[in-house]
Amino acid sequence: MSTTTAAEPRYKVLIGMEIHVQLATKSKMFTGAANGFGGEPNSQVDPVILGLPGVLPVINKRAVEMAMMVGLALNCQIASHTKWDRKSYYYPDLPKNYQISQYDQPLCGPGSIELPLSDGTSKSVRIRRAHLEEDAGKLMHEAGMTESLVDLNRAGTPLLEIVTEPDLNSPEEARLFGEELRRICRYLAVSHGIMQQGHMRFEPNINLHIYHNGKTVKTAITEVKNLNSFRSVERACSYEIQRQLAEFLANPEVVPSQGKSTRGWDDDKGMTLLQREKEEAHDYRYFPDPDLVPLHVDPTWVNDIRSGVVELPIARRRRYQEKFGMSAKEAFSLTEEREVADLFDRAAALGASVRRLTNLFLGPAAKMANEAASAEAATVLISDLPVTARQYAKLAELIESGGISATSAVPVFEYLVKNLNADPADAARELGLVQVRDQNQTEAWVMQAIAANPQAISDYKNNPKKKQASMGFLRGAVMKASQGKADPKLVGEILEAKLNAAADNA
Amino acid sequence: MINELSALEVRNKIASGELTAQSAAQASLSAIAQSDQQLHAYNAVFADRAMQKAQAIDQARAAGQPQGLLAGVPIALKDNLCTTFGTTTCSSKMLENFHSPYDATVVKKLEQAGAILLGKTNLDEFAMGSSTENSAFGPTRNPWNTQCVPGGSSGGSAAATAARLCAAALGSDTGGSIRQPASLCGIVGLKPTYGLVSRYGLVAFASSLDQIGPMTRTVEDAALLLQVIAGHDPLDSTSWPEPVPDYLSELDKPLQGVRIGLPAEFSGEGIEPEVNSAIAKAVEFYRSQGATVVPVNLPHTKYGIAAYYVIAPAEASSNLSRYDGVHYGHRTAKPENLFDLYAASRAEGFGPEVQRRIMLGTYALSSGYYDAYYVRALRVRQLIKQDFDRAFEKCDFIACPTSPTVAFELGAKSGDPLQMYLCDVFTVTCNIAGIPGMNIPCGFSQAGLPIGLQILGPTFSEQRMLRLARMYEKNHDWHTRKPSLRQA
Repeated sequence: MSTTTAAEPRYKVLIGMEIHVQLATKSKMFTGAANGFGGEPNSQVDPVILGLPGVLPVINKRAVEMAMMVGLALNCQIASHTKWDRKSYYYPDLPKNYQISQYDQPLCGPGSIELPLSDGTSKSVRIRRAHLEEDAGKLMHEAGMTESLVDLNRAGTPLLEIVTEPDLNSPEEARLFGEELRRICRYLAVSHGIMQQGHMRFEPNINLHIYHNGKTVKTAITEVKNLNSFRSVERACSYEIQRQLAEFLANPEVVPSQGKSTRGWDDDKGMTLLQREKEEAHDYRYFPDPDLVPLHVDPTWVNDIRSGVVELPIARRRRYQEKFGMSAKEAFSLTEEREVADLFDRAAALGASVRRLTNLFLGPAAKMANEAASAEAATVLISDLPVTARQYAKLAELIESGGISATSAVPVFEYLVKNLNADPADAARELGLVQVRDQNQTEAWVMQAIAANPQAISDYKNNPKKKQASMGFLRGAVMKASQGKADPKLVGEILEAKLNAAADNA
Repeated sequence: MINELSALEVRNKIASGELTAQSAAQASLSAIAQSDQQLHAYNAVFADRAMQKAQAIDQARAAGQPQGLLAGVPIALKDNLCTTFGTTTCSSKMLENFHSPYDATVVKKLEQAGAILLGKTNLDEFAMGSSTENSAFGPTRNPWNTQCVPGGSSGGSAAATAARLCAAALGSDTGGSIRQPASLCGIVGLKPTYGLVSRYGLVAFASSLDQIGPMTRTVEDAALLLQVIAGHDPLDSTSWPEPVPDYLSELDKPLQGVRIGLPAEFSGEGIEPEVNSAIAKAVEFYRSQGATVVPVNLPHTKYGIAAYYVIAPAEASSNLSRYDGVHYGHRTAKPENLFDLYAASRAEGFGPEVQRRIMLGTYALSSGYYDAYYVRALRVRQLIKQDFDRAFEKCDFIACPTSPTVAFELGAKSGDPLQMYLCDVFTVTCNIAGIPGMNIPCGFSQAGLPIGLQILGPTFSEQRMLRLARMYEKNHDWHTRKPSLRQA
């Protein structure tokens, strides 16, 4: 996006992302040690993780399959031949002082996804590659200590590193991309996407193309390391853009030296800080790992994986809009979590009215889920509520057929949540909300309301400006007289008939 | 004497009740007590554990329980094989006090077969060397002449086997480290096809070249040990998945009409005359048994040492980067900062040859040099493999010297690393190509030092190779001679 202010030149923002996704396999990338969060330090280790003398890596097949699923979801080419390389550097959280990764023959090649933007449009974001590697452990530096402690529980966890082209043009787009990727990974069940547990880590690479004196000046690319929340991604990108712009403006005639530098993000201070100058760039001495054999990826295997890939968020959103007639916003809300969309589909498959279902899900169901989440201080999805697809379908049907009024749906739904496996019709009866459609009874209520509100009648008949308001008032009075059981449609019909007859008779 | 019996003889006598496992173990332990002070073949001896295991074998046998292929056989392990008992030092200060929490796959297999593991033998530090002089704990001496080296890097296993301080031993071979010391000590040493024996638990030197193999006094023993240790291991991704052939039952059946290739490049300068004539006599023997002898060419032999000394150190520099004083192994006493922790721990923990090879290897892999050295060496590797493929179209096995010289004196070559590297000239191409190779004793020099014949074969030809070796052994008695442990 290029912007113009009085002091600023026009510029374009280019952001490419590197994302590390921890794959939710049972065991680690190259050995059977358990993969998971938490646990006593150095409890999820074995000789291979510790890099003891004499140990050897063995590939985790499930990790390869999960990586392929993500690659296919990102429309990437899956390599027919792929291999493993050692990336050497010394650090205490890396037991072998090399990481097993993939250098020049990654498992997944170029691809792209359609990224939905907040204005309802979408844009294509190209994926450069995705490859597998093992994670490092963690160093803990406690305040006041002269030593750092090494916890290798995380070491060896399978990581999928996804690299995009610099197709993201604003901090917001960077955030939206991260959110869509998380959605995809949760849909595929390759990651739980719990950001606080480090399931996904983001490294935006940012630079600007600044239009100055008829030329385009490119600022040096900055990589911001290890962001693990969408908010910090957006904030760090915003900060970097301003910082690079300011740096340029301080010396607009100087051509910025190219070469990437690395910065860290300080969330408290809200700024990026230089970590590594370009000159100190590492020589990782990549070479093929002689302990692992190259993988030949059979097309049959790829097709098996492909057929197992579930309907992705983008396809589901499209289906909800095209087939179910939802708005983009509604579709987005309902497809945020796969389990919720699955539940919706199951209810819809039972023949329920999609419109009624949508209103139920996005109305009382969403409300109750949010309340439960606040109360428990935990995530509670609509699909976590104890209401089955069958119950949703029946409730939708009850409303559609006029068995209860639309407003009664709320208390009936709440009843279902609190009383397991209750039948919606029984619930309506229990709550006394069964809509009464009886002509005589409704007439009686209408007459009751008319009798009790002569002023409203008078306003309706004699004051054109107050006609609509008094009709509304009278309808309310009828509903009150009926204790909510009257059918609003029928009430309207009878009231109008009575009032107009009265007017005619006036 | 019991400790002089072959592994198969010990196994059979225990099985028949003629001998107990405890007496066999005791015999070896006594021999060690008597001679190892002088030889220093062993870094560590596990007398109590050995006797306990032997007792268990005897009890199991008395109870009529089935016995493994190596029940009661006293065996020594090169000290770069991880064991949960004792230390695994790789003869390095870096791992002087390292206790492995797991056993190497081959160690598990030996114990499951009933072997009695006597102790860990000396080696060149991290298996880097050809004389065992690079050990941080002092050299091993050749039992045939204690002024001489036993060869390396499996010098301890070779000396222990030759001196009858064990019935048999395991060594490891990356560029000749089983075959060359076997040659210098007058015993049988076999490097299997790459992938035949699991490397899980072998402290890695060069991952694409390392193999574990038997070091024995007889060909039969080599077949026996190979039968036990070979086979697919799910913990080793480079391990061959096919079932293991039977190496024993047809061992005595000679090979009819076998074609033996003599490589033109494996002769000439640098080979001691006595070695040449012993090899020639061995070839003549095969001819007398009906073998055809054909000349073959391995034109890229002359690049073998150069390629080896790029590939092996490159892989080693990476494999040894884990020794950093952080998680285990030697850590420097007072590091000033992280870099110092790494640098000082490694400078103190590694000997000069190890440091030399790490630097060579790091250089060969570094940006700007990777293509010129490492990639080029891999291309030479392909050419060397092709040389052997073509040669094995014309012959079944190749015969040549294992070592260009007999055992040299301690200190004779240790001042000149390149001289030392040339000891491997006939052995490295076998590792580079991944093919199997074996040494059998084929004579002695005038000075009484052993000479070895090397047999090379196509991949997974061990079954026939052992038969070829047995043909020779059956008609000669070099392997029955015993070293005197004296200074000549």
